[in-house]
Amino acid sequence: MNALEVKHLKKTFGSTLANKDITLEVKQGEILALLGENGSGKSTFVNQLAGIYAPESGEILIDGKQVSFKSPQDAIAAGVGMVHQHFKLVEVMSALENITLGEKNGGFLIKKQQLFDKINDIQNRFGFSIDLNRKLYSMSVSEKQTVEIIKILYQGARILILDEPTAVLTPQETEKLFAVLRRMKENGCSIIIITHKLNEVMEISDRVAVMRKGEFVGMVETSSCTEKSLARLMLGGKFEYKVTRVAAGRSQNPVLVVNNLSSKNAYGKKSLDDISFSLYGGEILGVAGIVGSGQKELCESLTGLLRADGGEALFEGQNLLKLSPIAIKKLGVRMNFVPEDRLGMGLAAGLDIAENVMMRSYSEESRFFLDRKKGTAMASEIVDRYAISTPSIHNPVRQLSGGNIQKVLLGRELEMHPKFLIVAYPFRGLDVGATNNIINMLNEQKKRGVAILLVGEDIDQLCALSDRLMVIHDGSVKGIVNPEQVSKEEIGLMMMGKQISEEKVAQND
Amino acid sequence: MILSFALFLQVAVQTGTHILYGILGGILFEKSGQTNLGTEGMMLLGAAFGYLAGSASGNPFLAVLSAGFAGSAGALIYAFITITLRGNQIVTGLVLTTFGTGVASFMGKYLAASPLSASFKSSFSVISLPLLSKIPLIGKMLFEQGIYVYVSLVFAFVLWAYYRYTRWGLNIRAIGENPAAADASGINVTLYKYIHVLAGGFLCGLGGAYLSLSFVGQWQENITAGAGWIAVAFVIFCTWSPLKAILCAWAFGALNSLAMKCQSVPIFGHIIPGQLLDMIPYIATIVVLVLMGLHFKKENQGPASLGISFFREER
Amino acid sequence: MQKALSQRQKVLVRGAAVLSAILCSMLVLVFMGLNPLTVYANIFKGCFGTFYRFKQVVYKAVPLTILSLGCCVAFKMKFWNIGAEGQFYMGAFAATWAYMLFPSAPVAVLLPLMAIFALIAGGIFALIPAALKIKWGTSETLVTLMLNYVAQKWVSYLKYSYLPWRDPHGGGSPKIVNFSENAVLPSLLGIHIGWLIAVLLVLAMYFLLKKTKFGYEVSVIGESFDTARYAGINVSRTIVIAVVLSGGLCALAGMIQASAIEKSLTDNMSNGMGFTAVITTWLSQLDPVIALVVSFVFSVLLQGGSYLQTSMGVPDSMGTIIQTIIIFFVLGSEFFVRYRFVFDKTGGEK
Repeated sequence: MNALEVKHLKKTFGSTLANKDITLEVKQGEILALLGENGSGKSTFVNQLAGIYAPESGEILIDGKQVSFKSPQDAIAAGVGMVHQHFKLVEVMSALENITLGEKNGGFLIKKQQLFDKINDIQNRFGFSIDLNRKLYSMSVSEKQTVEIIKILYQGARILILDEPTAVLTPQETEKLFAVLRRMKENGCSIIIITHKLNEVMEISDRVAVMRKGEFVGMVETSSCTEKSLARLMLGGKFEYKVTRVAAGRSQNPVLVVNNLSSKNAYGKKSLDDISFSLYGGEILGVAGIVGSGQKELCESLTGLLRADGGEALFEGQNLLKLSPIAIKKLGVRMNFVPEDRLGMGLAAGLDIAENVMMRSYSEESRFFLDRKKGTAMASEIVDRYAISTPSIHNPVRQLSGGNIQKVLLGRELEMHPKFLIVAYPFRGLDVGATNNIINMLNEQKKRGVAILLVGEDIDQLCALSDRLMVIHDGSVKGIVNPEQVSKEEIGLMMMGKQISEEKVAQND
Repeated sequence: MILSFALFLQVAVQTGTHILYGILGGILFEKSGQTNLGTEGMMLLGAAFGYLAGSASGNPFLAVLSAGFAGSAGALIYAFITITLRGNQIVTGLVLTTFGTGVASFMGKYLAASPLSASFKSSFSVISLPLLSKIPLIGKMLFEQGIYVYVSLVFAFVLWAYYRYTRWGLNIRAIGENPAAADASGINVTLYKYIHVLAGGFLCGLGGAYLSLSFVGQWQENITAGAGWIAVAFVIFCTWSPLKAILCAWAFGALNSLAMKCQSVPIFGHIIPGQLLDMIPYIATIVVLVLMGLHFKKENQGPASLGISFFREER
Repeated sequence: MQKALSQRQKVLVRGAAVLSAILCSMLVLVFMGLNPLTVYANIFKGCFGTFYRFKQVVYKAVPLTILSLGCCVAFKMKFWNIGAEGQFYMGAFAATWAYMLFPSAPVAVLLPLMAIFALIAGGIFALIPAALKIKWGTSETLVTLMLNYVAQKWVSYLKYSYLPWRDPHGGGSPKIVNFSENAVLPSLLGIHIGWLIAVLLVLAMYFLLKKTKFGYEVSVIGESFDTARYAGINVSRTIVIAVVLSGGLCALAGMIQASAIEKSLTDNMSNGMGFTAVITTWLSQLDPVIALVVSFVFSVLLQGGSYLQTSMGVPDSMGTIIQTIIIFFVLGSEFFVRYRFVFDKTGGEK
């Protein structure tokens, strides 16, 4: 009997069909890797297994019996536990307290010794060694993750779902985690692990389930697949785009030269690892990679919002890494970054369109007074030119639909006549019409000789639009290629960590 | 000499007891993640309704219960607005204070004209525990007090043990720190918050009633005289710990009765006027606040989710 | 997430809240054996019946409005300054100090001097929590709250124990010397000139917050520090100016109260207006003009309550109670303004 079985699972959010007709099974005592691009629907899928979302239609069977989860507690009671990317732990409490938090059968008084014994029993079985009395805030990320795992085991989970568990771990910690997962397997647990890292998939999983654009496209035995075949499954074999690239003369010399750009994140892990590339005027350099591979940090360090730890970024003779945002702006560098929650990066949610549009230019006017006329005029122009739908330019930005917010953001930056433009995820959530609008905006800039760095999620779209494509993974550049000459598999491989051959890089630099 | 000091300590405790109730009530609020600025209002509600019940019925037990429930009623309004409707906790707390003050003032004329009977008042009089009260210096202070004082100590210790050793205490502490984590663990955050906030209101009400029923024994306009605010300050100053609250409240009581007695205190040859002494609790709290930021011993920081409304994250 | 409501819908919801509150208060009145219509009629009469009564409303509205303006500036930046009360007292104290230093200065010199002293005192007093926040991240809410009492006790001290300022003709209880004529605000149209100052300040603040770069920067900082930095705003400098302005305004209210109403310095001259101002500011959504209106309405309720006492024997706290009922309802209505209900059981988010 299968530990977990899913039949024709379907889930829609608003107008998006996030999961269409998913049918698969997870065997007892196996580790299943769940592979897929951003937006492929894998998060939605596992959230239904964990009781966070309710399926629209379809069945979930645990040990052959049909179940229906109304809350995460129901899922835990049925033996399904999930470890999220963002831990739900109380920092000031000890591991023991966190693990036993919310226990229903514990009785009124906390019987510390009893709980100790119970948990240590679990620890021994699976090979953990956490000091239960230690407070969470003194623990490393890897230890906190272990506490989360112990917690769901303590609550009786036999099917574990791990959402990108190695994203925050060092290679050594990853090894330790895998050893634990293997022991769990031996103990009869089934594990679903979401990961982007090809080498990890090959190393730890028994089978791989691949999702693409909301559908389940295939299940393979890990032993019988190669990285190439997985990449093909993940991205689809053929390219599916119409070329939207326009011809434009590339400048003689690069406008921007980045050498060895490095930075560390709050956990001490490298978010940018020795990045080097050149960017020419009149070209679009696409940046492909799984979200979280360092795109945000790259954009922020080039615009003065993030302090890099090393390297340089030379633009018109100046090192951008050492300048303030205003100085960088004065040089003619513009950024348009659309984060996952859209509001936040460069937009003030509570202010209206006109006020947001003025944000980067208002200081150029007279000393004391705010020239709203100019901002209002610019706002009206942007609304017209990019067909932004809003009752008026005086509506708070947070009321606009996602696509329109993006248009405001991009329009604002473009109105400033940049020399170097960074555009990140401009097509997020846009329909065809809006997408074409933005594509035209970008091509126009390119024809004017602007150097454009385009960060995107959709490989097809990036290849359609960019002159060159840079693929990053885990903070480092895996290759810079010509989209016309590279296969989708190769891109997929790079996105998952494989370094492309040196010659291909040299050809395109 | 020792006798007069012992008497002084005894009075100090009495002077600080209503503050202790207020602090404990505040701790119940804040450890659940709810900012508490309504103590003064709840204390006055308790004082007024307790007095009303006392003078009308002559039954001390009924009076005290009414006081507690009056405080809880005020807390219920606050709870509904801030927990269910996710309203702004600071403003709601301030309004609760104004509301309580207004209601108590409204009832004031009627209350002032209704005295408490002597037999009623005697139920709160000092009970001397045999042998223990003869201990020099601290005997009178700890073991020769009215029932109200003893009960306040009981509450303090119960609360301490509750937070430390019980499952419910652990759960509410988690809610105060990270309600999302508590919610993910299957804890009913809303129910817990409501219960603890109402309980906090109950204790504040009791504190107010202590003044009207026992310490002063007679209704006065503005009988709390800002005690609620001192309690608010002390909740922070004693780092949300019920046991430290006892020390804070009694220290304040000592300082206060000293200032009342001699209007000014000679320290190092200079006479410090009572009003400047009155500033000490507040300045001390500011110092503690700054130190909390500096020293950063995580456990002594306030509950991390104070002031933030909780709702389960949607996509 | 749910879509927000349109402006019109928001106004409707709030209007509904106020109406419900008034109805609720009427029920309360009925419950107490009073005729609600008579009560409200008396409140109206008590404020607009005679010029004297109207003056009383203005006397309350003026300091409340100016205090609200001070809070507006701070709140717009999400700097939760609830120390209006303390800054008020410091302003009154500083103004008194100016008077004590130059008791015989001509009125044209003395009044501006008192105002300046007040502004500086309030500004510095407000800088303390700001500095603590910037340097050590200390919660400004709690620090300003504590400082309120420090300021009040300071004035208490001056009143009870500081002999050089003692009024020799005070009689039984200690009080501070009364101001002579040159330290008292003159009247305009029969009411002390504070009303004109308040109106001018409302216009000035409206202008400042909506039409100047500074006001714009303040609101951007209030949205997000990062966004502000990206826009090139000097965050620290703007915060300092805004905070000093906030404290200064509250202190000015104190100066006006001391000079025009109390004509002295005393430790209970605020009547909790500092706290009321926090509430009025919040209710007026940080708009200076609406703050004026709300302050006026609050003052009407207070004065009306006071009249109720003399005319119907109802304790004046009734005005306060009605006020708080209205505020409770509006606070609760925020929920309906911010979140549209989505009752979606199937295929829905939790």
